[in-house]
Parts: sequence; structure tokens; C-alpha cells
Amino acid sequence: MPDNTVIKKSSIKKSRRWSVAIRLIVALLLIAFAIFPVLWMISASFDNSNSLATQSLIPANAGIANYKRLFNKDPNFSFGEIKYWQWLLNSIKVSGISTILSLSITTMAAFAFSRLRFKGRVSILKSILLIQAFPNLLSLVATFALVSNFGNIVSAIGLNTHAGLIMVYMGGSMGMNIWLMKGYLDTIPRAIDESGMLDGASPFEIFWHLLLPLLRPILFVVSILSFIGTYGDFLLARVLLNDSSKYTLMVGLQIFTAGQFDKKWGVFAAGALIGAVPIMLIYFFLQDQIVGGLTAGSVKG
Amino acid sequence: MALADKPKDAHSIAESQLSKIIRVVFMIAFNAGALWFIYQAYSKGFYQIAILLGIIVVFFDVIFSLKKGYPFRWMAFGLAFMLVFVIYPIFFTLYIAFTNYGDGHLLTKEQALVQIENATYLPATGKSYDWTAFKSDNGEYALWLTDRSTGETFLAKPDEEIQATKPGDPGVGEADAKGVPQSIEGYTRLNTLLAAADKQLPNIKFGLAGEEGLSTVQVRSPNEAAELQIRYLYDKEADTLTDQETGRVYYDKEGIFTSTDGRTVQPGFRANIGWKNFINFFTSPALRGPIVRILIWNFIFPLISVVSTFALGVSIAIMYNEKDFPLKKLIRTLLLIPYTIPSVITILIWRGMLNSEFGVINRILNAVIGTAPRWTTEPIWAQIAVLIVNLWLGFPYMMLITSGALQSIPTDMYEAATIDGANSWQKFRSITLPLLLVAVGPLLIASYVFNFNNFGLIYLFIGGGPAIVGASTQAGHTDILISYIYKLAFESGGRGVQYGLASAISVVLFILVGAMTLFQYRFTNMWEEVSENA
Repeated sequence: MPDNTVIKKSSIKKSRRWSVAIRLIVALLLIAFAIFPVLWMISASFDNSNSLATQSLIPANAGIANYKRLFNKDPNFSFGEIKYWQWLLNSIKVSGISTILSLSITTMAAFAFSRLRFKGRVSILKSILLIQAFPNLLSLVATFALVSNFGNIVSAIGLNTHAGLIMVYMGGSMGMNIWLMKGYLDTIPRAIDESGMLDGASPFEIFWHLLLPLLRPILFVVSILSFIGTYGDFLLARVLLNDSSKYTLMVGLQIFTAGQFDKKWGVFAAGALIGAVPIMLIYFFLQDQIVGGLTAGSVKG
Repeated sequence: MALADKPKDAHSIAESQLSKIIRVVFMIAFNAGALWFIYQAYSKGFYQIAILLGIIVVFFDVIFSLKKGYPFRWMAFGLAFMLVFVIYPIFFTLYIAFTNYGDGHLLTKEQALVQIENATYLPATGKSYDWTAFKSDNGEYALWLTDRSTGETFLAKPDEEIQATKPGDPGVGEADAKGVPQSIEGYTRLNTLLAAADKQLPNIKFGLAGEEGLSTVQVRSPNEAAELQIRYLYDKEADTLTDQETGRVYYDKEGIFTSTDGRTVQPGFRANIGWKNFINFFTSPALRGPIVRILIWNFIFPLISVVSTFALGVSIAIMYNEKDFPLKKLIRTLLLIPYTIPSVITILIWRGMLNSEFGVINRILNAVIGTAPRWTTEPIWAQIAVLIVNLWLGFPYMMLITSGALQSIPTDMYEAATIDGANSWQKFRSITLPLLLVAVGPLLIASYVFNFNNFGLIYLFIGGGPAIVGASTQAGHTDILISYIYKLAFESGGRGVQYGLASAISVVLFILVGAMTLFQYRFTNMWEEVSENA
């Protein structure tokens, strides 16, 4: 009898060992699938030949020529000036400004919806939710015409201006961010406000001195996610900007594909890598917080 | 107690006075800025925008002056931004959908009429002049004109008022035998032969047109120049144009002045054409074929994407769910990588890797099995390629959300099932999957909607191609509605942009996406929650 159970236990152990081994092999294959394009991008960026056709995983002609080309330091590069650093700067500027402004505006609105009681509160909240069903990406043509008309009125906020693009990004993120921030504010106990009210603090003082410090960690995560989302946008920036010195990085990288992509492959990979690494690092450092934010209901754009 | 309260009261009064000052200063600045903008918009003919901004100004003024408006001050900017950049574009899309806005109809009627009324013609008879041409060193022309009936002389330059001038006036040389000055300051006289052979000269309008009493003169023949006349007369009452030269009458026909025998006057303008854009989908064979294909693919593509990414994501989550699985953390971190790179970048990397000629995938396939699909030119392979890339892009997200949800399934359910003799597959089928679907169902719908509008993938990876043969517009086999709209509006490939048609398709997209999202709200009880929280 005791012998029997020992045999059973060891066979379970054995089958588990097998199962772990198989799963590890599967993991290896999955990892290969997941990281191959990234390895390929890294290898291409260090391949001086700059060509899609001759590239191999270990570059035959390794070096940093592609990175020099990004600085326009290669006289033999025949595809004109690359405004890479300008694009990167534009992207950081546009995403940074629209994130900060949008979150300031929406956090204040969320405070009113979460803490103040007034007529029309529920109807406005419902309307915002309803409008969110029609993301502004769908009214692309009208948005283009609107910004173009703005430009005819005051050229500083028209087509081909960062101000116009920033305002469109802000408008599009309002509904979602109001709901998100209201959700976070609702989790802060009301007892905190009440203690402030007893001390005679105004709603603004309660907001500024009591709630905002508590919101700071989540505001930090939300603003990073919002920054990454705007940084990665392609469509609106493509439609609203038409001067290559105004492009954001994503639009700039796309124009590498126009005409003889295979001859500019290495430079593109170098630019893509520099544009991707900071975002990757952010994700890995903030993995846990971001996962928490994800299940709260946002899909990556 | 009472003593302690006093300083506090004083403090809060001082604070409220300060905030009052800030409020008043803000209101003055805001009103000044906004009214200036409204004035600019109105004077340039953008009435819709002027009205929109007007509404916002009234809204701001009311809530910042009435005490009752206090809560709304917190959200004033948020609501204003939503109104201008989300709500207005929705209605503007509806409006454009019923117009022929696009190439040939880009202007408003007022703008088009200004251009039409500027058109002139050279009458066969009428006031005529003898002319002599002069040319400056930088290629500008001037005409010396002698009125045939009165003998008066003039100097005419393009875009300048025609001046009565005599030989010997300042800057003008002495006359020759014919009464024409030998020279004009800054210009050289062209001899008759040279002037007659000049190809540019007959096309130049001399003088300044457009205002009362001014006229322009154009060279009609080597020895005659004549005064140009306004070509079209617009009758506001009848809404017709009359050609002064031919007497032909043109009527406004859907944004272009057209005569009964089919001639038109350019430019056209934006006009309401009713349901025509929508009817075109159903009646025009060149449109209907592609749009049906695009619609079907638009539903299938996100479906397969969600199912495939979910299947792979769940499998990974379950396979490496055990707490003590070796290297668990490392495996998960590496598998998360596709999610951490901006998708524009990775889509373009895939575009290079799946290049039919030079891409690494096809180089490997050719080496191993001797053949490789043409990803960019064969419709079915293009669709498969899009799905593979989207599987790569999407599975880490599914892995993240399902492994989160797996933690919340109570383990005693599995224990009970084991006692009942269920095998692993049965446990998965009847416990894991249903509970997972309840937990992440709303996110799956959101993911479906996201992919329904996944412009970035379709456009950046393959541009919607390969093209559908026989389509009258730029439609491709992997195009979805949003990428098709983009092409109609911004990348017509020389076939003329069609904002009207693009907006009509946007309206269809509104309805589809709106319905899906509202379904998602029902699923999550979001709607009811709002009411309960009130």
C-alpha cells in the first residue's frame, strides 16, 4: 500500500516535469515570435549597408553609419535631409503640452462631477459617455475642415500648426479622461473633504490642498499613458500637418516608406529604435501600475 | 471657540475677494479674446464657427457671473473643448455628407461667385487701341496705347491703373513719327516683329480690374488691343448667370452653373445634394462592389483579430499561471515586448520584414521551402499578413488582461470539479472560459471596436492594398471603412478628393461604431451605474 502511493507521487512529479519542459519549449518559440521583429530592427540599425535586401541578423558590415545619417553626417546618403531630431522634439512638445493641459482641465472637471452636487450632473455625465461612443477619429474629414477654417480665421491655430493639433488631441481626450479621473476621485473617501469643510475650507482649497496630493501618484501614471498615446498617434498628425519640419516622429518615420523603403531601411531602423526605447523603458519600469490602469478599461491606441 | 473662528472668517473673506478679482479679470480677458475671434470669424464668412464660439461665450459669462453656475466653472474648459472638437465635428460630418464638398466644389457659393464675376472676355467689336509693347529687364511688360477714335494716349501695366500719359511726361521719352515714345524709363521698346511673335503678351491683362470705372486691356491682334468686358452677369433673384458674349444662360445645378446644353462655368461650389452620396453606394456599380467588400472585411478582420489574440493570450496566461513556474517573470516580460513599442514603429518594421522581394520572412521561406507568398499583391495573402501582424501586436494585451482575471477565479471551484472527475479541458470549458469572458467581455468588445477602426495597421502596413480591380475610387482588398475614408478625402491618387462621399461613409461608421459601443455600455452596466451614483 505505501509503495503504491510513492509510485503515484513520483509519476505525478514525472509528468509535471514533462509538462514544464514542454511549456518551456513553447515559451521559447513564443518569445522568438515576440522579439524577432525587435531584434531585426536593432540589427538593421547597426547594418551599415542600410539595405533591406542584404540584411542578416548579425550584420555583415556592422557600425553606426545609420546613426550618423540621422544627424545628416553622411554625404553619400542620397535621400535628402532627415529632420529626425526636429520630429522627435515636435513629438515631445505636442504630446507633453496636450497631456498637461488636458489632464489639468479634466481633473478639475472630474472634481466637480465627483464632489459637487448640482442640477444636470447626471445628464452631463451620461452625455459625455454617449459622445465617447463616437470618437473624434471618425469625424476626420470634419476635423480637418474645422482646423482648416480656424487657420483661415487665425493662422496660428490652423492646418500645419502644432497649436491646432494639440487642441484636437485635447478635445478628443476630454471625455475619456473626465471619466477616468472621476473614477479615481470617487475612490478617495469623502470623510477627507468633510474634515476640510469643517475647517471652513472652500471647495478649491479642498481640491488643491487635500485631494490633489492624494491623486498625485495616479495622475503621474495617467499622464504617462496619455503622453505615450499621443506620442504614438499617426492619423491626426498625418492629416493636420503637411510641412516636413512640423511632422511628429510617427509621421516622419512613415515617410521613410515612401519610395525605395528598402534602400533606407537601416536609417529607418535606427530612428525607430531611438523613438521606441524610451517608451519601452517606461513600460517596464511602470509595468504594475500600467496593468492596473489597463483593467480599469482603456485599450492601447 | 468663537475666538478661534474669527481669524478664519477674516481669512476666508480675503480669499474670496481675491478670487473675485481673479474671476473678473479672467472674464474680461476671455470675453475680449473670444469676441475678437468671433469678429474675425464672422467677417471672413465662417458663420458656423462664429455661432459656436458665441454659444461658448454666453455659457462662460452665465456660469462665471451667477452663483448657481459655480460647479460648472470647474468643467467649463472641458465642456468647451468637447463642444468644439468632438460634438461640432459630428454634426459637421452630417452636414458635409449631404453636400458635394470636394474637388471641383471646394469653395462656398459666395467665394465662387467672386471668381466668376471677375472673369472677362475680349469682345470682337468695341473700343480699340493701337499698341506698342515695352519690356523691362526683369521681364515685365508695359503697353503704350492710342485710342483709335479720340487719339488719346495711355500707359498700361499689369495690375496697375491705366494712366493717361503723353510723350515727354516724366519718365517717358520723346515721341517718334507715329507718336509713340522712343523709350520708357526701366523698359525697352519691342519692335513690331518681336512683339507680334511674343507668346506671353496676348495672355496678359493690362490695367486693374474689379472696381467701378476701371477696365483692363488685352492684345487682340498684332495691330489692335481692346478693352475687356465682364463676362458673366449674375441675377440674384433668378439665381442665374448670363454670358455677355454668347447670351447663354446658366442655372445653379448642384453646385455648378450649368446651361441647358450642358456647358458649365468654373469654379463649382459646395451645394446640398441631398441623399445622393448615400444613394451612390447602392446604385453605382463601381462604388457598390468595393464598399460591400470593404464592409465585409471590416467586420471579419476585427473578429479574427480579437479571437486569435484572445486565444493566444489566454493560452499563455494559463500555461504560465502557476506560482512556482520556472522563469515565469522573465517569460512574461519578454512576451510583453510587442506591447511596449509604439505600434506605428512595429507595423513599419513588419512592413519591411514581410516585403515580398527583400523581406527576411520571404528570404527564409524561399530558402527553406523554395516558395513564398506575395504578401503585398495577392489579396488573400495580404489579409493573412495583416492578421499575423495584428496577432503579434495584440496578444500581449490579452495576456495581461486575462492573467489578471485568472487570479480572481476562486480555486475551490477547480477542486470541486476535480472531485467530480473533470479533466483539464472540461475545467477550462466550463469554469475558466465562462468566468474569463464575463470578466474581460467588455474589454473584448472595446478591442473589437478598436480594431474596427485600426487605421494605423491597415494604412501603414499595406496602404489598404492590393487595389480592387475595377473600382472607381482608391479601394483595396485590406481597406476598412476608416482607411477608405482617409483615401477618399486625402489620398485620391489624382481622382479628386471627395469630402462629401467620405463624410457619408463616416456617418455609416458613426452608426456602426456607436451601436457597438452602446452595446458595450449595456454589457458593463455603465449606464445604470451613473444613475446610481447620483
